[in-house]
Amino acid sequence: MKRLIALLPALIAFAVLLAGWEIACRLLAVPVYFLPPPSAVAVALIERAPVLAASAWATFGMALQALLLATAVGGGLALAVSFSRSAERGVRPLAVVIQVTPVIAIAPLVLIWTGLDRAQLAVVILAAAVAFYPIFSGMLTGLKSADPDLERLFDLYAATPLQRLWRLRLPAALPQALEGLRVGAGQAVIGAVVAEFVSGSGATKGLAWRLLEAGNRLRIAELLAAVVWLALLGLLLNAVIAAVERSVLNARGR
Amino acid sequence: MTAAALSAAVIRYPSSARPLGPLDLTVAAGEIVALVGASGSGKSTALRLLAGLEQPDAGTATRGTAPGRIGFVFQSPTLAPWADALSNVALPLELSGVPRPEAQRCAIEALSAVGLAEALAARPGQLSGGMAMRVSLARALSIRPELLLLDEPFAALDTITRRALVEDLHALWAAGSPRPAIVFVTHDVEEAVYLAGRVVVLQAATGRAVADIPTPGALPRPPQWRAHADYRRAVEDVAAALSDAMEADAMEAAARGVPA
Repeated sequence: MKRLIALLPALIAFAVLLAGWEIACRLLAVPVYFLPPPSAVAVALIERAPVLAASAWATFGMALQALLLATAVGGGLALAVSFSRSAERGVRPLAVVIQVTPVIAIAPLVLIWTGLDRAQLAVVILAAAVAFYPIFSGMLTGLKSADPDLERLFDLYAATPLQRLWRLRLPAALPQALEGLRVGAGQAVIGAVVAEFVSGSGATKGLAWRLLEAGNRLRIAELLAAVVWLALLGLLLNAVIAAVERSVLNARGR
Repeated sequence: MTAAALSAAVIRYPSSARPLGPLDLTVAAGEIVALVGASGSGKSTALRLLAGLEQPDAGTATRGTAPGRIGFVFQSPTLAPWADALSNVALPLELSGVPRPEAQRCAIEALSAVGLAEALAARPGQLSGGMAMRVSLARALSIRPELLLLDEPFAALDTITRRALVEDLHALWAAGSPRPAIVFVTHDVEEAVYLAGRVVVLQAATGRAVADIPTPGALPRPPQWRAHADYRRAVEDVAAALSDAMEADAMEAAARGVPA
């Protein structure tokens, strides 16, 4: 109930925005191929629900695979370099290069490597490349965030590297690693959409393909319906990981 | 028997042109030594040298203790926030290879000794500052230390909690068999004189021990000892030695043309 009340201002703002949009469209007689009113978007959401849901499922699947790939590679790499300062100094700049390179720029290359007939794999790889950095960075920062005095305690009792990792650095890393995962999940959805745009030949039937298709046919209501699905997808992923984060932090009595 | 000793130990810091030391400090088995001195006099460094957490750049640091029998209490409780009090206290034993059931049995004993038998399952975030410090003390005691090193452990606590913990520390020391050697770093002269059998004053400018003052009265001391004339006199003596050391630091800093 309390959370509902906290959400109220946002809901009101949202309702006002929708109402203003609806009224403006009707008063100004904006053509539907330019900007349909929210009611038309709602109709498209219902009428095209089976198609959009299937596409959302496809996009979700690709984003999720990308997230798992990025977590395995980013998390694993962070773990590996956390043992050595020089390894970190070697790898971090490369990770930054991956972060700052626009995914759209490397998409054609990745598509050529995977083959146009395996566009889905290309999308997963590209989305993983986008999600990689926040996950890597969160994990590495987290692993190094353990209290220096606790590290000294592990020195004092001659802990093995495995004991130190398992009983100190991994638990200490958890909050930041989860934060990285949450950011990475959002990035994976964005990456999946962008990658699908680039590979956009209908080889992948995700939401981005629906967006392109609807745009090309000037079915703007359907396009906006696809955007709504995308936003919901991002929110859902975010909410799931945020819930995990909260339960972890609550378990620590903070 | 010597619990730990520093002999002409020198530490050079990369950030500072001036090395600390040479410091000589011998801690006999079972004695309680307090280290006092201004900030930057190397009190914490001396503790880390005694523990073997740092190696001197020159001179030697030696220990007469069995491996894994050194307890260390830091300025803050330094507990793992993800683990309950029991796991935190059992940690040193488990790291030393003691099987978990045995480690937990010792941890429960140590927590009971500091009056926290009821708080085994509490997370550090649920504990007050004083309770968290007790858990930290229990963790250092769980290994039955031969040498117990405390780095301003009670500095952040209120006077009442602090006095209670000092009494507890005396009682725990007296109950130990054999009694551990304790080295206690503090800013508080009265705490040093009440707790320790001797007080060593360090000087910031040199990082050397400039005074080594035995305190009167047998250990452990009753709380009423704080009102005793001998105690008051010893506090004045140590305060005078400390103020001399700090004055020398100021003179020395002025000679170098830097603010103290």
